[in-house]
Amino acid sequence: MSSTPQNTRLTGSEIVWATLVGEGVTDVFGYPGGAILPVYDAMRKFPVRHILTRHEQGATHMADGYARASGKVGVAMATSGPGATNMVTGLATAMMDSVPIVCITGQVSSKVLGTDAFQEVDITGITLPITKHNYLVTRAEDIAPALREAFLVAKSGRPGPVLVDITKDAQQATAEFNFEAAAPKPYRPHPMRGHSADSISDAAKLIREAKRPVILAGHGIIQSGAFEQVRTLAERAQIPVASTLLGLGAFPASHELSLGMMGMHGEAWVNNAIQNADLLVACGMRFDDRVTGTLATYAPNAKKVHIEIDPAEINKNVKVDVALVGDLRQILEILLPQIPTCKSSPWVREINEMKGECAVRDIRNLPDNGHLYAAHVINDLWNATGGKAIIVTDVGQHQMWEAQYYKHDEPRTLVTSGGLGTMGFALPAAIGAKVACPDKEVWVIAGDGGIQMTACELSTIAQENLDLNIAIINNGFLGMVRQWQEFFYEKNYASSPILSPDFVKLADAHGIAGATVTKRSEVLPAVKSAREKKGPFLINFHVEKEDSVYPMIPQGKALHEMIRRPDNPLIETAEDA
Amino acid sequence: MLHTFVALVEDKPGVLTRVASLFRRLNVNIVSLTVGRSEREGVSRMTIVAEASPTAGHRITASLYKLENILEVDDVGQYACVTRELALIKVAATPQTRSHIFELVEVFRARIVDLAPESLMIEITGVSSKIEGLIQVLMESGDEILEVARTGRMVMRRGRHTSRVMEAMRIAGVPEAEILEPNVTAESGEESQLPQ
Repeated sequence: MSSTPQNTRLTGSEIVWATLVGEGVTDVFGYPGGAILPVYDAMRKFPVRHILTRHEQGATHMADGYARASGKVGVAMATSGPGATNMVTGLATAMMDSVPIVCITGQVSSKVLGTDAFQEVDITGITLPITKHNYLVTRAEDIAPALREAFLVAKSGRPGPVLVDITKDAQQATAEFNFEAAAPKPYRPHPMRGHSADSISDAAKLIREAKRPVILAGHGIIQSGAFEQVRTLAERAQIPVASTLLGLGAFPASHELSLGMMGMHGEAWVNNAIQNADLLVACGMRFDDRVTGTLATYAPNAKKVHIEIDPAEINKNVKVDVALVGDLRQILEILLPQIPTCKSSPWVREINEMKGECAVRDIRNLPDNGHLYAAHVINDLWNATGGKAIIVTDVGQHQMWEAQYYKHDEPRTLVTSGGLGTMGFALPAAIGAKVACPDKEVWVIAGDGGIQMTACELSTIAQENLDLNIAIINNGFLGMVRQWQEFFYEKNYASSPILSPDFVKLADAHGIAGATVTKRSEVLPAVKSAREKKGPFLINFHVEKEDSVYPMIPQGKALHEMIRRPDNPLIETAEDA
Repeated sequence: MLHTFVALVEDKPGVLTRVASLFRRLNVNIVSLTVGRSEREGVSRMTIVAEASPTAGHRITASLYKLENILEVDDVGQYACVTRELALIKVAATPQTRSHIFELVEVFRARIVDLAPESLMIEITGVSSKIEGLIQVLMESGDEILEVARTGRMVMRRGRHTSRVMEAMRIAGVPEAEILEPNVTAESGEESQLPQ
């Protein structure tokens, strides 16, 4: 780095910022407090934008959204004790979805470590299983090496969150700072990574000989930047592509070979294609239970090729025939020359026929009956934004409808908590996405339950005057809980009806403009005003209360044993009219 | 079934917790765990014996490697190994009742390492079944066992095999890519079968 001369004597706090700047950090999300105050005091000397959050959980989700939207490492900062423990959910979210973030926490002075000092908590102990790695730093001279290694660990191999806990005395002491000398050793690749020429040609042979292949597209495609390679593979061998939730956007949804999302709420043709396949080419995905249904009957006649960077994922859930362990893009580069061009495939035509059969059930193909369905809202939002916006979803029914109806053509346009399923993720993560990509249109889609978990961040949006739009899919229920209660608990709606404030008034209290929508005809005008308004805008969509996400594979069932979308959903809900 | 792993780890605070926590997270019970210095400064050697399903070895090894402080993991169960455990056994014994214990100790090739008026201490080294054998024989002959301390198993592979870390040090100067290739001849060809 050029701005700091080599071998300068700096305080530990200055070293924190100098190292961050050296690592290319321009934005930090955080919340000050006693044990991190020296670092905050030194901040003004460095060219870093700090976004004050309303809760440290929000800071971690913002760093997470920042990383997912931009591909860079997100940074969050908090004080010791409660500040640090509030980061736990955000760290676990990033861990489950392999998102590179670095969280910096203040810690009590090293002299009082372990004495139950005020605001002391063993955060490295607490976060052990939910970080890729963590550090406790007690000396100023160790700060730069630990932070630099933290960035390397966070983004290398299978990415993940790293926490660096720095004692207050280390922040206050001085040490020689030399950014270059603090460089970490090169990242040790997982020793069990590897693929031989034989295993590559085995995979190529399976692909060449398959009659009914399906590519399973996961988050790894986005992480490895293998969009072109996956697309080339699909087009060259005419292989249809099914996506995991986090894989949406890795393959263009409007592509004729795109099937859409697979798994628990995947469309019937997607899951039936997988069940009838004779070959699955899994790219950067981990056969999560939400994707496979019951394992005993998962794609019974399919050979499986698994291309994955983490050796611990091989044969974890699904036994595979060929495992290629390493960076997806590099492996596909070696594999592709062995794949001949295939003109057309009867298999693709067969799947297209299945698609046609499902279209009659699609809620979007029904005439407007005066009811507002979430599917309509998301479909209209997709149309209005041309599919180009970054959509940040929360967790629940709206998340699945978004995955079904918003067609993502580009990577990093969907930010959502998949593995951990963290309610409250959307609003802060969208702030991170907007800070990372200020020129992109950003929309939050959240339920009336999840938005209230982190609604305090509306105030952050107002303070930073961030130009992002918020769509609340408001059905008066914790919708997915209600759906499970309807399907599996005899409609015993225990604690799933939820009272919400008037969200438009809540937005107004923050100085944020808003509108309420109750009819389909009002959707597009409201979306239009949100898009035209400079600054934040909130739309409260009052949708059908007891609508369900279809299809649905009940837990413990096979992919083809799904509950189909009713032929005419209007009959289901007519009693509400 | 029992799996045995030898792990070389950085000698830093918290590494033992990271390893132990991983087994806890995988819901795998650790049967024994021994930690000590290795042949290299700053590197500790762990022998971990764990009860897990027969197919769990790959996943445990792969997961251990995900810990940043782990240098090398060897799932040694599939190889010929020397396994040893050390035990200290304190037995109640008076000058009148000592002699038969001396005989047993002789038979088991153990040693008496402490002798007090009312007790004695036996040191025994060997495979676990040998230690259990001595304890059982002592109990069957009516001796009162006051204390038992066992180290847990230590394992080393037979033959010329050495850790990849040591291999890399020994042939320093050879390009790294060649070092990282597993040494096939050492693993399969030169296994000696010394008597235990």
